[in-house]
Amino acid sequence: MSATLFDKLWDAHVVDSIDGTDVLYIDQHFIHEVTSPQAFDGLKTRGISVFRVEKTLGTADHNVPTINQHLPIKDPMSKAQVKKLSDNCAEFGVELYQLGHEKNGIVHIIGPELGVTKPGMTIVCGDSHTSTHGAFGSIAFGIGTSQVEQTLATQCILMNRPKTMRITIDGALAKGVFAKDIILYIIAKLTASGGTGYFIEYAGSAIRALSMEARMTVCNMSIEMGARGGMIAPDTVTFDYIYGRERAPKDKQWSDAVTYWSTLKSDEDAIFDREERFDAADIAPMVTYGTNPGMGIKIDAQIPEVLDVASFDKSLRYMNFHKGQSLIGHKIQHVFIGSCTNARIEDLRIVADYVKGRQKSKDVSVMIVPGSKQVEAQAKKEGLDKIFTDAGFQLREPGCSACLGMNEDKIPSGEYCISTSNRNFEGRQGPGARTILASPLMAAAAAVNGEIVDVRQLY
Amino acid sequence: MKKLTTIYSTAVPLPIEDVDTDQIIPARFLKALTRKGFGNNLFRDWRYYGDGNEVKDFVLNNDMYSGEILVAGNNFGCGSSREHAAWSLDDYGFRVVVSSFFADIFKANALNNGLLPIQLSKEELQKVFCAIEKNPKAEFAIDLEAQTFTIKDSESIFSFDIGSYKKMCLLKGYDDIDYLLSQRDKIEAFEKQQVIY
Repeated sequence: MSATLFDKLWDAHVVDSIDGTDVLYIDQHFIHEVTSPQAFDGLKTRGISVFRVEKTLGTADHNVPTINQHLPIKDPMSKAQVKKLSDNCAEFGVELYQLGHEKNGIVHIIGPELGVTKPGMTIVCGDSHTSTHGAFGSIAFGIGTSQVEQTLATQCILMNRPKTMRITIDGALAKGVFAKDIILYIIAKLTASGGTGYFIEYAGSAIRALSMEARMTVCNMSIEMGARGGMIAPDTVTFDYIYGRERAPKDKQWSDAVTYWSTLKSDEDAIFDREERFDAADIAPMVTYGTNPGMGIKIDAQIPEVLDVASFDKSLRYMNFHKGQSLIGHKIQHVFIGSCTNARIEDLRIVADYVKGRQKSKDVSVMIVPGSKQVEAQAKKEGLDKIFTDAGFQLREPGCSACLGMNEDKIPSGEYCISTSNRNFEGRQGPGARTILASPLMAAAAAVNGEIVDVRQLY
Repeated sequence: MKKLTTIYSTAVPLPIEDVDTDQIIPARFLKALTRKGFGNNLFRDWRYYGDGNEVKDFVLNNDMYSGEILVAGNNFGCGSSREHAAWSLDDYGFRVVVSSFFADIFKANALNNGLLPIQLSKEELQKVFCAIEKNPKAEFAIDLEAQTFTIKDSESIFSFDIGSYKKMCLLKGYDDIDYLLSQRDKIEAFEKQQVIY
């Protein structure tokens, strides 16, 4: 019988079922400081160990400072949380890339970077953007702390099988249009809840043409339309990315792995519960204007005239925008380039290419927060740090940073930030902060111009 | 986990759509190391001004409304996987959240903490909001065994869905982890036949 890639992988990981709920085996578990302490406490209360420590990897990312990481963390609560992660990992024997370690970074950046993330796996983490890892053809999704505890205790979680949706995008992207625009476009079409209950497979020639890092950007934001995860069938782009990485299979194991990975695709006649198709040529540089990621428009469009929806009006009031308004020329005060969505080396290269020889607007502050120590090191090796410094951009140390404003990297109340992150919720980047989501090039162009510009005009 | 069988209570209305987890509990309050105390910061930035003063017209600050049931707009709990959202609602004293649609991860987190998410149709949800608007002290009855939600004033009875496994967990106060730990033999057997690259 024909099957989708999702169903094949799900079936291959079901240990047992109870009343229609599956016991799903997890191949890889990532943990971080914010959603794990209570889970470790649960193990301690029960007096049990981590069932499979070798399948668990920790990093400190959500709550870490992004300057002076070599100094003690100032905020006592953040410090205690980061220390708790170290203590728990030491006590239970879990491998950890602690703050300052040369392989530390945002969990969804370091997993792929180290070659831990591989096709065909089931992957969980106490963070909703775990969907990022689906770009490798794996089932990857975010879980709550109770499920972190379950995974630590049994390497399994209880889950109902989601429905499947295929989103096919064929055609070529226009210049100035990036993976971030693809996903913001899809979310704007399907809404912030349109994917709830589904697991998505992204397909089509426009997806195939993307680099591995760009594919991660697409899968990363699957959760922003409510989908637990998104995946892309692996191909030579995937294999080339993994080859030679620290935790990638070697020698004979490598060729066996590639033989197996090459079989991981949906059958020709597989039936999805839902199918959506979009034309790549219709996608333009995108910006959000509201307080959820579904409230996005093409840069040359106007904020829609939605009538009599209280939540929509509330959202525009928060942003201080009005219906029918264009965002082109809108002044911004802050630029944030970072997060698990857009803080990989390719993102930094796109920014550097444009910024080289230019200066940021004097009215704008710019934070560039690399996704990992390795991304930071690579940027320096390529001389990108010099380009950023010359332009007046600040290249900081890795972490989740102003994506969620847990550390001190916050946007002041009432001010606008064009951000390459994934959520424009009220107060997400700090109480009262107004977030406009966009691609790295849109963010870089706004930084230089002091206002939002249509990057297609730059070519 | 606490058992949940029947609830009789008044309700707190929050007729806003797409209430995300950053509104339920902002990220800056996720630094705690235990599950307790999050209720104080539930809906923090809607509930308090930056200076700590109460926002008078926010529903949690309105003495007219109280109870163990939160009634919210469509797509409640979207956003992050933080279980702190469920913990903060529970810690504040809610046992039930009613909406016309819930985000997946929030729903799973709620069920894992004995907080019952009840999904009604949009029309039914509107009737619940109307009942509270007419009478802020309107009472509601929830019977988990029968899977019913009743508006006492009008005797309107709505039924709701819940998976049979999760229903059993709530009725008996069982955690998933208890069940999973009992399955370790099967898990080990599964691992033996798995090919890993």
